[in-house]
Amino acid sequence: MDLWNVLFVAPFADMIGSPRFLLEVIIGGLLTGVMYSLVALGFVLIFKASGVFNFAQGAMVLFAALTLVGLLEHGVQVLFALAATGIIMVLLAIAIERLILSPLVNQEGIILFMATIGLDFVLRGAGQIAWGSNVKPLDVGIPDKPFEVAGILLNSFDLFAAAIAAVLVTVLAVFFQKTGVGRALRAVADDHQAALSVGIPLRTIWAIVWSVAGIVGLVAGIMWGAKSGVQFSLSLIALKALPVLILGGFTSVPGAIIGGLIIGVGEKIAEIYWAPPFGGAIENWFAYMLALVFLLFRPQGLFGERIIERV
Amino acid sequence: MLYREAGQFKTSYAADQAMFPIIQDRAFIAMVLIIAYGVVPFWANEYWLQAVIIPFLIFALAAVGLNLLTGYAGQLSLGTGAFMAVGAYATYKITTIYPDINILVVFLMSGLIAAGVGMVFGVPSLRIKGFYLAVATLAAQFFIQWLFNKVGWFFNYNPSGTIIAPPRTVFGVMVAGPEATAQVRYFVALVFLTVGTVIAKNLVRGRVGRAWMAIRDRDIAAEIIGIQPLQTKLLAFGISSFYCGVAGALSVFLWLGSAETEAFDINVSFQVLFMIIIGGLGSILGSILGAAFITLVPIFLTNAPALLNIPFPTDLSKHIEEIIFGGLIILFLIAEPNGMARLWQIGKEKLRRWPFPY
Repeated sequence: MDLWNVLFVAPFADMIGSPRFLLEVIIGGLLTGVMYSLVALGFVLIFKASGVFNFAQGAMVLFAALTLVGLLEHGVQVLFALAATGIIMVLLAIAIERLILSPLVNQEGIILFMATIGLDFVLRGAGQIAWGSNVKPLDVGIPDKPFEVAGILLNSFDLFAAAIAAVLVTVLAVFFQKTGVGRALRAVADDHQAALSVGIPLRTIWAIVWSVAGIVGLVAGIMWGAKSGVQFSLSLIALKALPVLILGGFTSVPGAIIGGLIIGVGEKIAEIYWAPPFGGAIENWFAYMLALVFLLFRPQGLFGERIIERV
Repeated sequence: MLYREAGQFKTSYAADQAMFPIIQDRAFIAMVLIIAYGVVPFWANEYWLQAVIIPFLIFALAAVGLNLLTGYAGQLSLGTGAFMAVGAYATYKITTIYPDINILVVFLMSGLIAAGVGMVFGVPSLRIKGFYLAVATLAAQFFIQWLFNKVGWFFNYNPSGTIIAPPRTVFGVMVAGPEATAQVRYFVALVFLTVGTVIAKNLVRGRVGRAWMAIRDRDIAAEIIGIQPLQTKLLAFGISSFYCGVAGALSVFLWLGSAETEAFDINVSFQVLFMIIIGGLGSILGSILGAAFITLVPIFLTNAPALLNIPFPTDLSKHIEEIIFGGLIILFLIAEPNGMARLWQIGKEKLRRWPFPY
């Protein structure tokens, strides 16, 4: 009876008791979800275009953020540092394509996955050797002030993050749908061999995709870094993005966004209303469970391509 | 001329079905066993046994288990660490509640509990495949780690939250706990690995293993020829988790002595996955070779600067280690994506033709 009460009665009573607080929780969750989406987006881009499940995305976020902070610490102008970091991420993408992807072309997915875990180690080590491993604040001049709208507490930083994400997704959508390169990217995503046979340079396309993922990683790194400081644990947010991915589908950009929002809200609500009786800290696994239960009903994720199997 | 099957006739069904039909293979295995049982424990010192060889044996057992699931049945799992944790915590609970039960039996009982948990988390594999399943098994990883951290019952409300291996004897010999000698621990781990490997090898040669491989290669086709996907996949999860559970129990009782849930975090899952991929998916021998590679390389990397007399600040050398380890894995995958087992096979082919080039 007690368990029943804790699980099914008390939380809902709390919710109905103070709807304004619930709304605040939901908005907070949505804004955290945006941040998850930013990381998940990098995964989706690479998976779509090269079929690689890129575990190193988290390390790329960390690497980009560390590079940016390092440059800023050396007194480089903000805009110039941003541009330099962007160029470094592009160079990194080209190096990854040359050194890892081309030799492993046509290998099974799990082998490529393992290779990206190796890459994850390399990037984490390299980033920390180059720029040190202590926590660094990252200040790119985004205002971080709480304010109130219609009695609901909001944070200008979170809103800014949401705006950035929206701009990023729009730019990516236009890039994918309207430009020649975008069309080539979609062709590669559909079928590597067919794309090659109509004359699309596969290796260039992969370098471009990894560069774009690197830039997205840089944006995610800036947002997360400005929020919680740039440090080693930044690379662990990749683990936060994984349930977002399976919820939204590995191959869907809108899926990454919606999935991120669902996970963000679900996690916040569970943490506030259900976690206290269990000793808290359920956010580590709650997202995974949510995604798992969801997958039982829709194995390809929210927006994933329908899985058609033939013998 | 050294290694060839020509002239070795099989005159009975038993000989035809033998695990190692070629006499040279049998001789090699016998040699390895003699060295493992007769030479290593007396030649190696306490430090080597405790810090290098015992963890290698334990991880090899876990790798054999994961290879049954991932290499043979084709179900990618990232929950190995969690299943090892289940084994470790189950052993701790059972042996503290019933101290009289032989600890070796307790290890097997905890393996069964881990198998049950593994089967529960294997249920989604019916609907979910590939990387989706891999991420889904992470749910097991994080949930179980949280559970063992938060629920005091699992660690007997110990204020530090750790489980400590109590002293246990088997037939009057101290096996677990601080007073057990490294030799005894080594022997126990070795026996578990030997028996586990023999069973696994026979499993994959038989009906069960063939069903797993059919599911791995094309599950719908397998279903059409009459293999039940539900039973087959769950059996794979169960047996694999049994191995992992026993390995987890051994790792606390024979190697670490005491552990928190951090000892079984996601890095352990990745480590074991590395082992089977470097070693070779779908190869029992490969799991053991891979375990040797992955446990030995970091130890070598840690000690290399000291051996070469290059002074390094420790945090720098830790990062350099990371870079070299990651780089080695990538290099290895590029050089031989099918793992060390494939290299072994190529070597055998070469030997068979020797001294002719082809």
